[in-house]
Amino acid sequence: MRRRLGREALFYLGVAVVIVVALFPFYWVLRTSLESNAQVSAGVGGANGIVPSHLSGSAFVNVFTQQNFLRPLINSVIVALGATLVTIFVATFAGYALARLRIRGAAAILGFILLAGFFPVLAMIGPLFLLFKNLGILDNVYPLIIVYLVYTLPIATWLLRNFFEQVPIELEEAAQVDGATRLTALRRVVVPVAIPAVFTAGILCFILAWNDFTFAVSFLYTFPHFTAPLAIVTFGQSQFQVFYSLIDAAVVIVSIPIAALVLFAQRRIVTGLTAGSFR
Amino acid sequence: MVTHAADRPRDSRPAAGDRAATDRRLGYLLVAPVVILLLAVTALPLISNVWNSLHSDNLSLAGQPHKFLGVSNYSTMFTSPLWTAALERTLAFTVITVIFDMVVALALALMLNRKFRGRGVLRAAILVPWAVPTVVSATLWKTMFDPRAGFVDYFLGAVHPAWSSLTWLNASVWRSWVVIFTADSWKNIPFVAIILLAGLQVIPNEIYEAARVDGASAWQTFRRLTLPMLKPALMVALIFRTLQALLVFDIIYIMTGGGPGNSTETLSFLNFYTFINNTDFGLGGAISVMLVVLALIVSWGYVRVFRTST
Repeated sequence: MRRRLGREALFYLGVAVVIVVALFPFYWVLRTSLESNAQVSAGVGGANGIVPSHLSGSAFVNVFTQQNFLRPLINSVIVALGATLVTIFVATFAGYALARLRIRGAAAILGFILLAGFFPVLAMIGPLFLLFKNLGILDNVYPLIIVYLVYTLPIATWLLRNFFEQVPIELEEAAQVDGATRLTALRRVVVPVAIPAVFTAGILCFILAWNDFTFAVSFLYTFPHFTAPLAIVTFGQSQFQVFYSLIDAAVVIVSIPIAALVLFAQRRIVTGLTAGSFR
Repeated sequence: MVTHAADRPRDSRPAAGDRAATDRRLGYLLVAPVVILLLAVTALPLISNVWNSLHSDNLSLAGQPHKFLGVSNYSTMFTSPLWTAALERTLAFTVITVIFDMVVALALALMLNRKFRGRGVLRAAILVPWAVPTVVSATLWKTMFDPRAGFVDYFLGAVHPAWSSLTWLNASVWRSWVVIFTADSWKNIPFVAIILLAGLQVIPNEIYEAARVDGASAWQTFRRLTLPMLKPALMVALIFRTLQALLVFDIIYIMTGGGPGNSTETLSFLNFYTFINNTDFGLGGAISVMLVVLALIVSWGYVRVFRTST
């Protein structure tokens, strides 16, 4: 009995350690973002411990007023939402077709989609750079919507295809017997049922597109066109001294929508991530 | 189906076959956008890289003809000390990262597979590092390892006075790697753990009960039951994590920019630098082609190993 209790205690200690390791960095950055520059450069110690002696929100104001962070934030929202919407639209139909309409070569197509999901993204930047240069769309956020599909389409298509495989086929057959065509049945019967899965796919797509750095740093050059992650990196590089409270305020801001999504939809995210990883 | 055919007596062919054909046509139409879009962003660049890699194509040497070079870009790459050093570094980083992350992720997955109060909290806590952008994970650890803004040096200083103001990034090669490795594992272990957790959850409970009845120890159960049944998930996790480590770029660009010197440049970093900074699309193409080849070899290798071992 004593041994079992000891084991339980050890287990919960392990859980606590994991939670602290996962979340403490966020606390530290939040703490830094609420300090003044003088406090940050004074270092840790004395009154300035794990909880700083005095807090100020000036970094959060400066990040918008001095650094104009709203612009890259808006850019990020545009591309992430754009990529999510395009993905959802295209992947829902494809997922349905791959699950239901006996296409020849469906297995090969699914294999290709999976393979594309593992494609080294760095191997895309050279040719796409040349293409965008020739088209005159370098340093423009909109083409990123298409580029980000390499992150979002594979997982969304697989996820939705696996979902449609589980929807009872009788549902549609009933509609079709009633005289509805495939497409009407799809719209009236299947899509409403699929909304939760589409939602899950949408959340994952948004996170994946929101988090991109590689393509942004390859194709965007001037601040007004930066996405938020790229802008944060330039905050640090533009000065001789690194102003951590400023950078960390931006980091906190970028993390908030993601943290909210995780808290609000953790179950969905977990099932979404694992759907189709092996079967 | 039969009633449907009877509804439409004018059809010359049997309606079922007719519908299958219509369905198939509709199917291709619905799948086509995904396939075309993915081909456009992967296959097209790949072909273009192969083509460019066989030519001289450097934008900074404007005016020079894009003449055919054969494999000379590849021989430049293979003989370049920068490339060979980056290859060695990348492989070393990959081996260490994959082993460490898989072990920790497996432990985490086993933890999450138990039913206990607070499981939801644990799951949400580990999802956050996965979900935030690499810029965030890189900056978090950069802040914590900073001599002023961070706390690592403060605690190390308590152990040894000389360690109280260590510069971690871009000062010493191995300290830079320690920070990169820490931040990278912190961010990527959760996803591996989630994949493994899904693998654990499909293992039926009865098997464990049978093992317990037979008097198997916890270790025996893990060795003989859990691990073999976890193989498909382990394979997915290994392929995923290995490719990710092999292609590591963002975190290095953000944390060290490849420095100090060139000592944290990886293959992907070199690939980026050759394209974007040197605008050498011939040599860059060759490096990109090698990245794809490397990724294919690794995935194929894993699939082979796991097939033969089951």
